[in-house]
Amino acid sequence: MAQTKGSANARSSNGRRKRTKKEEDSPEVARLREHYEMMVLIRLFEEETERQYKKAQIGGYCHLSSGQEATNVGACAALLKEDVLFTGYRGHGFALAKGIDPGKVMAELFGRVDGAAHGRGGSMHICDAEYNYLGGWGIVAGQLPLATGAAFALSQEDQPYAVLCELGEGAVNMGAWHESLNLAGIWDLPVVFLVLNNIYGMGTTVDKASAEPEIYKRAAAFRMHGERVNGQDLEEVLEASDRLMTRAREERKPAVLECMTYRFRGHSVADAGTAYRTKEEVFERQENDPIPAFGKALLERGAISSQDELDEIRSRAEKKVDEAVEFAEQSADPDVDTLAQHVYGDPDTADQFARMGPGSPYGERELVLSSGLGSS
Amino acid sequence: MATLTTPPEVEQAGSSTTTMTYREALRLALREELEHDEKVFLVGEEIGVFEGSYKVTAGLFKEFGPKRVREAPISEEGFVGLSVGAAMMGLRPVVEIMTLNFILVAMDQVVNHAAKVRYMLGGEVGCPLVIRTPNGAGNQLTAQHSQSFEQWFAHVPGLKVVAPATPADAKGLLKAAIRDDDPVIVVENLPIYKEKGEVPDDPEFVTPIGRARVAREGTDLTIVAHSFAVKRSLEVAEQLESELDVSAEVVDLRSLRPLDTQTVADSVSKTNRALCVEEGWSSYGTTAEVAARIQDACFDDLDAPVGRVGMAEVPMPYAKNLENATLPHSEKILGAAKHVLGVA
Repeated sequence: MAQTKGSANARSSNGRRKRTKKEEDSPEVARLREHYEMMVLIRLFEEETERQYKKAQIGGYCHLSSGQEATNVGACAALLKEDVLFTGYRGHGFALAKGIDPGKVMAELFGRVDGAAHGRGGSMHICDAEYNYLGGWGIVAGQLPLATGAAFALSQEDQPYAVLCELGEGAVNMGAWHESLNLAGIWDLPVVFLVLNNIYGMGTTVDKASAEPEIYKRAAAFRMHGERVNGQDLEEVLEASDRLMTRAREERKPAVLECMTYRFRGHSVADAGTAYRTKEEVFERQENDPIPAFGKALLERGAISSQDELDEIRSRAEKKVDEAVEFAEQSADPDVDTLAQHVYGDPDTADQFARMGPGSPYGERELVLSSGLGSS
Repeated sequence: MATLTTPPEVEQAGSSTTTMTYREALRLALREELEHDEKVFLVGEEIGVFEGSYKVTAGLFKEFGPKRVREAPISEEGFVGLSVGAAMMGLRPVVEIMTLNFILVAMDQVVNHAAKVRYMLGGEVGCPLVIRTPNGAGNQLTAQHSQSFEQWFAHVPGLKVVAPATPADAKGLLKAAIRDDDPVIVVENLPIYKEKGEVPDDPEFVTPIGRARVAREGTDLTIVAHSFAVKRSLEVAEQLESELDVSAEVVDLRSLRPLDTQTVADSVSKTNRALCVEEGWSSYGTTAEVAARIQDACFDDLDAPVGRVGMAEVPMPYAKNLENATLPHSEKILGAAKHVLGVA
């Protein structure tokens, strides 16, 4: 975020744009421009990710955020740096919106040592402890108990912060949803469950998967506040996220916030996204793309002065994506000698495993037992 | 006459000891660690006013209050996962799972989350979590409540697994687990909760993780076991001594991951014969792992194939005689020992 903020300030201070004095001075308006720029950055980053995937620079499962940027940016804009973020595996957009350097994210996708998880996690497991983004998680609903536990820790230690836990609408039929919301409810934990309802859990529609397809209503089963917003409208997402996160921080109340959104690409880059929905449907949703819509709104309100400024924002984002790719390309592969690094973290681990050598499977002694266990 | 040995860390802890049960030793470890570090908290079903299904936490709720001794609903996936998340934030949760059998509904949180937090996130975040839970069979508890599958956890890199067989190690290993920065599964045992032994009074006494102990010295046969199977093996060693004049050494593994194969290999190199014993099913079990490592480390020293004994490979039945036939009782261990010794 720091970078974006810096460039926005530079732009308004040089006075080239035709804006009223009031708009120039309004931090809210400046922030909206930053949010717009972040949405553009996420879209371009994801488009580049798909290209790099097709060039085989990126492997594994890879889920893109395109179409859902207003939820990424709107929700993260409501977070303090100390607030903790957990997400599922569609996490690139959240990582960028939480402020993580695009180069670190792209380097992780490339499996390089300078990646956010140092080449251990990949697309689904971006993480940055400095920004309190405690991970993209790959098992549907698996992150819910973790996020509830992070909220428990904040509560136990009387920390005035809260947790935002993203999940897809497909996660709400898992037991972990039920157990996490119940624990958050009985123990008054400061966590907001942000449900991105993009209608499809892979190829299964929400009404086929959920007996109560209006997900926010399920909060009532835990006597918890639930509400639904238009996830394609950044300001709606931001307003609700801000209000519910503030409530979580101050009143220690959990909540469910359902954002109605849509993914423009398939479930993952391996899915064309056409077997379970019509091209017309996708086309129609793309006609209501949240990014140009928000850009237009900012233009109309004078928050952005001209098409030129929109183009300038796009160029800046393009440059950031190019720089991210360059950073990833130049980063080294992780050293094979560090293979066993971070399996454990206790400083005594090497000593604890020192007597496991005799009779160990071929190569284990050299590759794992003697090289990295316990070093962190 | 064979000697029962004292582990070095017990000797180092000084002469001051108290006789107590395995259960009391666990409780003492919990109390000491709750006092030692305010990041430590207990969570589990019925561990508060009910004082624990097996009374391990008796008195602690009254002493430390509901915040440090957190009574959880019946919701293992929820509160195990919650503890993983709390550990990621720097707390030191000690989870009680009423018995090992109930951890199955939380396996995703243990195996796919706790074990992988640090590695998958590139060392950015740790998970100093303890899960303590009893295994074991007997008392006609039947198929869903009579299991010992602790080796499932020992299979997983990222986890550490310990299984104390004595009151001293119950205290020492639980304390070591709570002070460790990684997720540790502490496998307790129902039939030995009531066993008594000498426990060091020193509040800094811990049993190091990854160190087996020679529970009984011998020269003719090595019996390798952990948890309750150690007690059974020691009884069989006495029988071997009195009935056959055979001197059996008993190695108590204490840790399953890391596994101290050095101590096992040193013993087998001396006795040239090995029998591996466990409470659970042997196929793909702890005995399978230990036997594989013995044959590799001690191939030239072995005078006979490595023997194995475990629970009969059926779900535990209810009828008393069928239950007895299923357990790895001393008659079976004795028979297996004779087979390895070539006297059967």
